[in-house]
Amino acid sequence: MADPILSVRNLHTHFFADEGVVRAVDGTSFDLHSGRTLGIVGESGCGKSVTAKSILRIVERPGRIVSGEILLRRKNGSVVDLVTLPTDGVEMRGIRGGNIGLVFQEPMSSLSAFHTIGNQLIEAIRLHSRLTKPAARARAVELLAMVGIPRPSQRIDSYSFELSGGLRQRVMIAMALAAEPRVLIADEPTTALDVTTQAQILELIRRLQQERDLAVMLITHDMGVIAEMADDVVVMYLGKEVEKGPVDAIFHAPRHPYTKSLLRSIPSVLAEPRSRLATITGSIPHPFARPGGCPFHPRCPDRMSVCETSVPQEIVIGENHATACHLYTRVPA
Amino acid sequence: MLPYLLRRLGLAVITVWAITVVTFIILQLPPGDFVDAYVAQASAMGTAISAAEADALRHAYGLDQSLWVQYYKWLSHIVHGEFGQSFEYGRPVTEVIGDRLWLTILLSIGAIIVTWGLALPIGIYSAVRQYSIGDYIFTFIGFVGLAVPNFLLALIVMYVGLRVFNVSVGGLFSSDFQLAPWSWAKVWDLAQHLPVPMLILALAGTAQLVRIMRANLLDELRRPYVVTARARGLAERRVILKYPVRAALNPFASTIGYLLPYTVSGSVIISVVLSLPTVGPLLLHSLISQVMLLGSTIILMLGVLTVFGTLLSDLLLMWIDPRIRLGQLK
Amino acid sequence: MSVTTAAENRVAVATQRQLIWWRFRKHKLALVSAFVVLAFYAVAIFADTIAYTEPFDTQAARSYIPPQPIRWFDADGHFHPTVNALKGKRDPRTFKLTYAPDPGETRDLVLFGHGYEYRLFGLFPTDIHLLGVSNGRPQDALFLLGTDQLGRDVCSRLILATRTSLTIGLVGVVMSLVLGVLLGGMSGLYGGWVDVVIQRVIEILRSIPTIPLWMGLAAAVPSSWTPQQVYFAITLIISLIGWTELARVVRGRFLALREEDFITAAELAGASRMRIIFKHMVPSFLSHIIAAVSLALPAMIISETTLSFLGLGLRPPAISWGVLLQDAQNLQTLGLAPWLLVVAVPVIVVILAFNFLGDGLRDAADPYG
Repeated sequence: MADPILSVRNLHTHFFADEGVVRAVDGTSFDLHSGRTLGIVGESGCGKSVTAKSILRIVERPGRIVSGEILLRRKNGSVVDLVTLPTDGVEMRGIRGGNIGLVFQEPMSSLSAFHTIGNQLIEAIRLHSRLTKPAARARAVELLAMVGIPRPSQRIDSYSFELSGGLRQRVMIAMALAAEPRVLIADEPTTALDVTTQAQILELIRRLQQERDLAVMLITHDMGVIAEMADDVVVMYLGKEVEKGPVDAIFHAPRHPYTKSLLRSIPSVLAEPRSRLATITGSIPHPFARPGGCPFHPRCPDRMSVCETSVPQEIVIGENHATACHLYTRVPA
Repeated sequence: MLPYLLRRLGLAVITVWAITVVTFIILQLPPGDFVDAYVAQASAMGTAISAAEADALRHAYGLDQSLWVQYYKWLSHIVHGEFGQSFEYGRPVTEVIGDRLWLTILLSIGAIIVTWGLALPIGIYSAVRQYSIGDYIFTFIGFVGLAVPNFLLALIVMYVGLRVFNVSVGGLFSSDFQLAPWSWAKVWDLAQHLPVPMLILALAGTAQLVRIMRANLLDELRRPYVVTARARGLAERRVILKYPVRAALNPFASTIGYLLPYTVSGSVIISVVLSLPTVGPLLLHSLISQVMLLGSTIILMLGVLTVFGTLLSDLLLMWIDPRIRLGQLK
Repeated sequence: MSVTTAAENRVAVATQRQLIWWRFRKHKLALVSAFVVLAFYAVAIFADTIAYTEPFDTQAARSYIPPQPIRWFDADGHFHPTVNALKGKRDPRTFKLTYAPDPGETRDLVLFGHGYEYRLFGLFPTDIHLLGVSNGRPQDALFLLGTDQLGRDVCSRLILATRTSLTIGLVGVVMSLVLGVLLGGMSGLYGGWVDVVIQRVIEILRSIPTIPLWMGLAAAVPSSWTPQQVYFAITLIISLIGWTELARVVRGRFLALREEDFITAAELAGASRMRIIFKHMVPSFLSHIIAAVSLALPAMIISETTLSFLGLGLRPPAISWGVLLQDAQNLQTLGLAPWLLVVAVPVIVVILAFNFLGDGLRDAADPYG
């Protein structure tokens, strides 16, 4: 495979609250490649969104990146570690939007209600180019047409509350791609939408990816979306990756008990009618009361005594397939 | 847009009507009718009013008829701008109130501008730098501003001015200009006297608005649209000023609905303490000497002006909020 | 199981009241303010005992005596608080008798000395006061905060004024509360046109400048009324506006609670409307009401102080903070007797304390928020 365009190495992002430290992202590594989609999956609160914000260096206080590297290969081929850049500096601001676009999960509130969508779109275009206002406006209309918004030259002057959820999400995608970034991070892009709109938005993302050879990082809690979109998958639990690998391996040969539980809890139309849907026992622990050892052990059906004391290391178990579970490690006696 | 406008207009009309009723009640409350008080006042000032004249006055105001007629006659007098004669000042009430009313409006509007001018940047600072030392200092000053009634603040300022700086902070004009006709020199003199009372009047309101602005902005700063604006590559300062501040400005602007009555109220009382030539001291004086006709006229005027100001601010709000303009919000 | 999880369990099983108390305890400023407020009310209850001089005891000759310093130690360095006695001097030209501290003669300060007669709690006749002097009458010797123009002791008057000003706030809040809960509750419970009418009335009342309105109403209180009648008239006038804020809070809570699952559950279980209101709804927003009340109280106190200061509220011989401040109204007096401004201190302290307390309570009232 070619060199990755973005590569996250051993990222740790912690939140320092009065009550204690929340290790929202606790050692995550993955690569994004042009033209491929990486799915990041996990229950809410497992650190998926914080990972996205960490890459863009927009983690809110009291959170901050404690250690790790985020290596971005720029359009000219040079590689820069985003963790070393000042957060509000010119260079980092140029990368936000310019190299990496973000689509956020709530189309209802991701746009300002006090500015027209054109205003926000033109702003995004002009931040990363030297276009004049009329030129930027023409470009904005083009972008709206590209994401499939009917009558774009009129829609450009509407406010976000005048659009449906699906249209708003299309505007968000247009905005994320306004400066032609090569990486698109989509954080739960379809969660708030109804099923048919969901399919349309996913289709749009896939089409744009093909047209522009985008590297897409798709964050979701929905295994169905992963199955439809992803080439590679990272499964996260409490800020740690528990398993990662090609989508086929994850769906057909899951190794980590958490991945298996997630797959079992997908409703299936092929299932016996009125059969009970499998759930994962227990609930996500309180962020300040993180269990010792393997973070999943209190809910794990295959729990062993070693799981309560020692944190499993990630081990390779197949081609590009790795997991962090004691079932597959041999712990020294 | 139109329904919003009509609703506001309707409410303003009802409020004005309610104010006339309340004022009429105030006029009627003291024992005896106000003509009695009027006659007593006149004779105390050396103008004798004959029984026939008093009866004519009673008849003009319908005091010998039912309350409804009285209310109607009183209202029609006022609508025609006939407020009667002030014996104490030997001039029509309109003339006595005239300049003072303008100065009241000037002082109140000035205080509101100061309130906003201070509260906006401080509120933004306190929210963006939440829990910083500056935030704590402003929060503390804000609490003190809320806790010190403005007449007390005026007293303290006056005392400190006298003791420490040996200047008297009372009045709106130097003695040379007090009775002089209007001229540029007099306007300049007024401009020099206005800031201190304006600041005193603005402090409590500022403290309140800072709290509102801070709380609203803290809410807005957590909204997803701020994250997306950042993710677009916008500089932090512009992110905050263009988006969340803009959104927080609306609840902030709508505070004028109660800031205005509050400030007008405050202007009455600090004018008494600082002896400013506004309607405040006049109102107090007429109420204490039970010249209810003058007193109730002033209350009515202040009330109606406040309603008018609030209505103007509603129009302003409509203009700056696209959601109201496009009929999304009621 | 780890320790943190045990703490979590503690939170999970805590009652609403415990949660509120834990959160309130964390708010140090509010906690201190609670003690300040309690101390003020203690002063109000025991005002007669703490005051050492009859508050109406006038003597022109003792006019404008400055605050008197207490000497805490005697010449040998032993703890022995004393004050200088006053000595009368006749002006050789005007033959007027004036008093001035006499450095040569001292009076011993004692705890629980004898002074003027009063009834403790209005029941038990006694003449014991917290402070007294061992030799002589307190009204001739003690002027801790100076005297006013009529030679009355400012400190004793201030203590009795505290009683009036703090209780007038309480009575006013109770009246506002009754109106606010009734109208706000109706507004939130019935909705529809009842809600619309009540909300419009509130909007109208709030858009009228309060002070001129109060002044007009207060001016109509006949001067022939007794201080007690005036007291109630003034409380009534200030609660006329005060209820609107409380009604707003109550309505908001009712509207929010109506949607809550546990109310729906109670309805489905067939509980009567009254039972739902008093058994389920009221307890769950009681804390919000208490917070709103502690924020409404200082506003009431400011209102009374303002009106009395203007001469339209309580009138002498009634004593309140506003009445006392009236004496400090003009510059000449302030130049002559700046200590009259001392009344500002308890006003500011009590209002600050109520505001901090109210803020702390309001934050604590949402234990899960």
